[in-house]
Amino acid sequence: MEFKTVLSFCPYCGCGCGLLLEVLDGKIVGTLPSKTSPVNQGKLCVKGWNVHEFVISPNRLIKPMVRKNDTLENSSWDEALHLSATRLKEIKEKYGPDSIGVLTSAKCTNEENYLLQKFTRAAIGTNNIDHCARL
Amino acid sequence: MSTKIKETVQALLIEGKIKGFLGLREANGNIMPHLFCDPKELDSLSLGDWKKSGDTRYPLNQMMIQLAIAYPNETFAILVRGCDERGLRELFKWKQLAEDKVILIGIGCPDELARACECEKPFPDSLLEGPQGTRVENEKVASIDKMGLEERFTFWEAEFNRCIKCLGCRNICPMCFCNECTLEEANLIDTGAVPPANPTFHLVRAIHMVGRCIDCGLCEEACPADIPLRTLYKKVGEIISKEFGYKTGFSVDEKSPFNIIEVK
Repeated sequence: MEFKTVLSFCPYCGCGCGLLLEVLDGKIVGTLPSKTSPVNQGKLCVKGWNVHEFVISPNRLIKPMVRKNDTLENSSWDEALHLSATRLKEIKEKYGPDSIGVLTSAKCTNEENYLLQKFTRAAIGTNNIDHCARL
Repeated sequence: MSTKIKETVQALLIEGKIKGFLGLREANGNIMPHLFCDPKELDSLSLGDWKKSGDTRYPLNQMMIQLAIAYPNETFAILVRGCDERGLRELFKWKQLAEDKVILIGIGCPDELARACECEKPFPDSLLEGPQGTRVENEKVASIDKMGLEERFTFWEAEFNRCIKCLGCRNICPMCFCNECTLEEANLIDTGAVPPANPTFHLVRAIHMVGRCIDCGLCEEACPADIPLRTLYKKVGEIISKEFGYKTGFSVDEKSPFNIIEVK
């Protein structure tokens, strides 16, 4: 038996509200605002309060899928990455790099976001990079 | 101020009388809820005083319900202040927890905290450590009662209009244990807009606090819009006490005001 709260940060926007994930026997069962976080001082918005829900959501994408004949089918990482790279290259050659845009996420880490903008600018060659936190 | 509590919990754990102690733990400058299953962990025990007395209180009773659902046959001990003890009595009454499966480890609140809370009874009957403070008068409710009807309505309307509908007041509430909530039912209340239907949204919640709210104040502490929710629910408590003679959480045997039918 184990019940603990784990200090973490809200992944929904750039504010960085401190929250506590309630963990019962290794499973996240709830979220609480952290009272010791200087950012949110024991308060959260409606999104932060529900952080634990997407972690365990059955709708969460946890493996690569490729659209074949208009339906999404399970695939391997190799197949999915190969297809993405091939198609991105084809589109870039045919229509130019500015025909591609990349959308990243506030749910990613700073480092992941850095890598994605680097990939977009250096590998694809466009400044078309944005993120969901602009909402 | 936690020697006696540590010793008591340690003995309960070693003797196998409890499976765990639900309390607060200090780690890396933060205070957070934790289930102590090993007596060795008790060195990190915190009573919820960070910068001020009682400024890091969490809804432990709510977590106790989750534990009881997962482990219905086990007995747990829990850290309680006066308000938490009142909450447990109501939760026993409403069959959310079994009284014989919960051992109360009580701490009394210092005057500073009792005054800030305007607390009716700032210590639990299960007091193990800390002061046995005295009742503090309800001045915030009295100051709003002094306003005329129109002024009072304007005041609350302005407060409620700041609501961003985070539902934090409900989420943090240790007495909100319903599986379905009226506040999210489109058939019962207008949903989908911010601020939510005013004053319906807040008054519905206030009415649902009848015989439930034990005045812990966690709702007001969690409100990002600083709505004086505690004062609102204190008023609900005052009306119930005056009209029905019911004081929420003061007795396990007293019937809920919902069961009092007076035939005139």
